[in-house]
Amino acid sequence: MSEQPVRVAQLSCGPEHSGVQKEIYDAAAMVNAEMFFPDVALSDIQSAYDEFGLEARSADLKLAIARAKALVDGSVDADAVFIATCFRCSEAAIVRNELRHYIHNNSKLPVVSYSFTERTTSGTLLTRMEALTTIARRRALLAREKQVGITLGIDSGSSTTKAIVMKDNEIVGTGWTPTTAVLESAETVVNSALEEAGISMSDIEAIGTTGYGRFLIGQKFNADLIQEELTVNSKGAVYLADKQRGEATVIDIGGMDNKAISVQDGIPGTFTMGGICAGASGRFLEMTAKRLGVDITALGPLAMKGLSKTVPMNSYCIVFGTQSLVNALAEGHTKEDVAAAACRSVAEQVFEQQLQEVDIKEPVIMVGGTSLIEGLVNEMGRLLQTEIVVPHHSQYIGSVGSALLASGFIKDR
Amino acid sequence: MVKVFIYPSTSLILSDMVERFGHNPLGAAIAIRERIQTPGFDSPPLQMTPEDPKKGLKYAAVEVPSGVRGRMALFGPMIEEAEAAIIINDSDLAFGCMGCARTNELVKFSIRKRKEIPILELKYPSSEEEGIAFVGAIKEFLEGLSKNTGGMEE
Repeated sequence: MSEQPVRVAQLSCGPEHSGVQKEIYDAAAMVNAEMFFPDVALSDIQSAYDEFGLEARSADLKLAIARAKALVDGSVDADAVFIATCFRCSEAAIVRNELRHYIHNNSKLPVVSYSFTERTTSGTLLTRMEALTTIARRRALLAREKQVGITLGIDSGSSTTKAIVMKDNEIVGTGWTPTTAVLESAETVVNSALEEAGISMSDIEAIGTTGYGRFLIGQKFNADLIQEELTVNSKGAVYLADKQRGEATVIDIGGMDNKAISVQDGIPGTFTMGGICAGASGRFLEMTAKRLGVDITALGPLAMKGLSKTVPMNSYCIVFGTQSLVNALAEGHTKEDVAAAACRSVAEQVFEQQLQEVDIKEPVIMVGGTSLIEGLVNEMGRLLQTEIVVPHHSQYIGSVGSALLASGFIKDR
Repeated sequence: MVKVFIYPSTSLILSDMVERFGHNPLGAAIAIRERIQTPGFDSPPLQMTPEDPKKGLKYAAVEVPSGVRGRMALFGPMIEEAEAAIIINDSDLAFGCMGCARTNELVKFSIRKRKEIPILELKYPSSEEEGIAFVGAIKEFLEGLSKNTGGMEE
């Protein structure tokens, strides 16, 4: 790779003792990033955390505070910041959150924070690290506001595969299918999208891929842009919602993990990814629909007719969530109330686990397949005390973002 | 020669004093040196692997953060092995393995539970006068350690 490595400052407590430091280095190496620990003098540490005002007991957290201050003051140069502390440590959680706010509010550096266990792998960290480097490296591309020419975007998600054909800033073809075999699913949706658009593959001027299968399908389709879903989805969301300028928050409750992204002028600033359990994901809602004997598309309207508060449900774990679901039905609660409770449970968990980690700035845009479940959008709006924006084609967000960004590569072809 | 666990475990002054009085200091430097010099490990910068937090389960439950358990994988065996201990409270900043406040609380607690071994607890000195008394107390403690039992000499 001829590009300069992206220099990512690491602020952390515990990864070396948890045995996951190598995983962090490996994830960084995969995206040509270089992790480094900002250098601070011992004498600066005391004054830095005194000034910061957070009385952490842990010396490594004090060091992390001093390092954050050095980044904000500009005495240490970095392209991005990665904050990592042990999962389950409450003191570290407080420091992690405050440092993220501090850096976000006082610098232009993209920040991602993560709490790890000893089982954290480089694969888990890859998407986050990729997003960090993309933001640092491709600001010009992410600033693109209009799609030009004819481009194809493919999103190979954990639950569904989607494709979009765009022509001169308009969506002209769509394709959607549940993900089975990654390549076959991609071929199916691409064919549908091309057919709907009435154009052939040879007319496509640039291709972008995203989602879990992005590398495999990117290789297969010879894509110009292979990019993680965090930057792609936030770009797609502000484009579709026509909120490209100013602040926005993008929430994507996916089949396997969730993304909450704080966006400024279409560029992600801070983001979190991943719920602690499938109970906080679209997967739980899929399972609820199946158990209620309705199609997933009917779950939203059903939930809107129910009262979520009448059924106790806690999907902090998908197994416990399923128990609550079965118990509620056995106790005679209506399908409508159970559907509403399931939506509330997922919204609550995303709110408690993830939205506490990003700054919620209006407008709040919900995207992804789950944004079509109006019961879920309704519950999320209630929790956030705001009107949630669900743009048209919100379920195709990854492919729209890919098609839009891929058009930046047309002249290179 | 008595095996003396030192806290802060990164203290070179304590380690040096223990050695000067003919005893064997048990501190972080030894545990880390073993890891760095052991070929085959590949988790920089301390050569610790995800296996260490699992070994740390012996000292802290699974609900405890992985970094605490990883650190306990370093300190736990040394605390078990110790025949005496010196604890300095309220010492100045200490990073690295000493970085986690919760681990430090657990380490001190684990030493204090070893009631059968002699333990010296002192406060970090803040003046020259306190410093002289501090060194004197450590000297007296180390000179009094029995070479065979690890107990104080009569």
